Amino acid sequence: MNAKPRWLMFVDALSLILFLAAAAMVLFYAPTERMMGEVQRVFYFHVATAWVGMLGFCAAGVAGIAYLRTADLKWDRISLAAVEISLVFFFAAIVQGSVWARPSWGTWWTWDSRLTTAAIVEMVYLAYLLLRQGIDDPERRARFGAIYTLAGFVSVPLTFISIRLLRTIHPVLIASGESTGGMNMTSEMVQTMVFSVITFSFIFVSLMARRVQLGRLAEQVEQARLQAVE
Amino acid sequence: MGRETSSAPASFISAVRAVVWKDLAAELRSRELLSSMLVFALLVVLIFNFALELDPQARLTATPGILWATFVFAGTLGLNRSMAIEKDRGCLDGLLLAPVDRSAIYFGKAISNLAFMVIVETVVLPVYSLLYNVNLFQPGLLLVILLGSVGYAAVGTLLASMAVQTRTRDVLLPILLFPLLIPVLIAAVKASAGFLAGLPLADVAPWLNLLLAYDVIFIAISFMVFDYVVEE
Repeated sequence: MNAKPRWLMFVDALSLILFLAAAAMVLFYAPTERMMGEVQRVFYFHVATAWVGMLGFCAAGVAGIAYLRTADLKWDRISLAAVEISLVFFFAAIVQGSVWARPSWGTWWTWDSRLTTAAIVEMVYLAYLLLRQGIDDPERRARFGAIYTLAGFVSVPLTFISIRLLRTIHPVLIASGESTGGMNMTSEMVQTMVFSVITFSFIFVSLMARRVQLGRLAEQVEQARLQAVE
Repeated sequence: MGRETSSAPASFISAVRAVVWKDLAAELRSRELLSSMLVFALLVVLIFNFALELDPQARLTATPGILWATFVFAGTLGLNRSMAIEKDRGCLDGLLLAPVDRSAIYFGKAISNLAFMVIVETVVLPVYSLLYNVNLFQPGLLLVILLGSVGYAAVGTLLASMAVQTRTRDVLLPILLFPLLIPVLIAAVKASAGFLAGLPLADVAPWLNLLLAYDVIFIAISFMVFDYVVEE
């Protein structure tokens, strides 16, 4: 158990340094956007937090499948950690998006495909946490949790497609044929965005590792308590 | 998982049929599930009538939404009840002891849940048509309702069989179910609206495809994971 914290502390320190660097890049390196002005700077961390949200969402789905195949509680801890982190980061992404949307679109919220899908992802995760809360047996909790993350993993893309069919006004970053409101970014902007995404990926890894470790410790406490009762 | 049974397809189908038959027969005697679903569905329609001020103009746009909200709410009532009966009276344990593939139990429950949904819908549709003077009996709309109900029953049965095994039970089902149902709801409401507005089939086709895809995907997933839901 003590072998890990060394590389973990390294990752922690690295993500802190990267975070400061990314913040500096966002504030000083990236040029001010001509049309939207300073508020556009929120965009870099918005993309990065949304990316972490997606990452955690996928990680939870994959860990769910892994749990069903192996019945190893390690995967359940990973799944729970990923969900909790994703929940927070997706929420942060939504809030930052609102801050940006208010001056740009003139409203805090629209029922656009990405916004709505992000909101529904949050609901799926909250439901996941409520489901876990209602089950005492750790093994069953893990099984049901895995099934639910798997179902969410499949349904959320379908949700996205279905709302996309309705119509969208969210700026499309990775240009596809139909992209209308695409952004023109200078190379400094692209660098800042990519750097932010990498930074937040490191933050994600370090948070994940910490949360999984915490889950393992909680399990040990639980076992120790059971032994003490006996 | 993947336990082989004697003569695979025939015994599988007869096991599914037995579960469906059991549910329908029990319901025919007690009528407790359908009666509460029906009364509840009509109440929802009534509530919408007052909540939305359904003048003729508003009806045109609101009808598909009201119909689907009604089906979805009444459906959770039925799903909860049909699984709770199994759990409370120890029937589920008995079913699980039966030497049949467990996914046969899933399909049996899903089909009987679908049957209850369809029965409720066949009552709600004429009543709604009558009350609001719209003709809801159009083949396209009926197809949408069937496709939507299949997806609903497929996911709903899977989640209900998980929800009954938790401490919060019936409170939990809608919370688990609704976020996963969004694609069905969007597609079904859009397709229903399309058919009611008399749009050409080409405009409605993407929504029908989406419904079909959802149905196939979630039936397949439920088939694969149901063993884990009832595993003890």
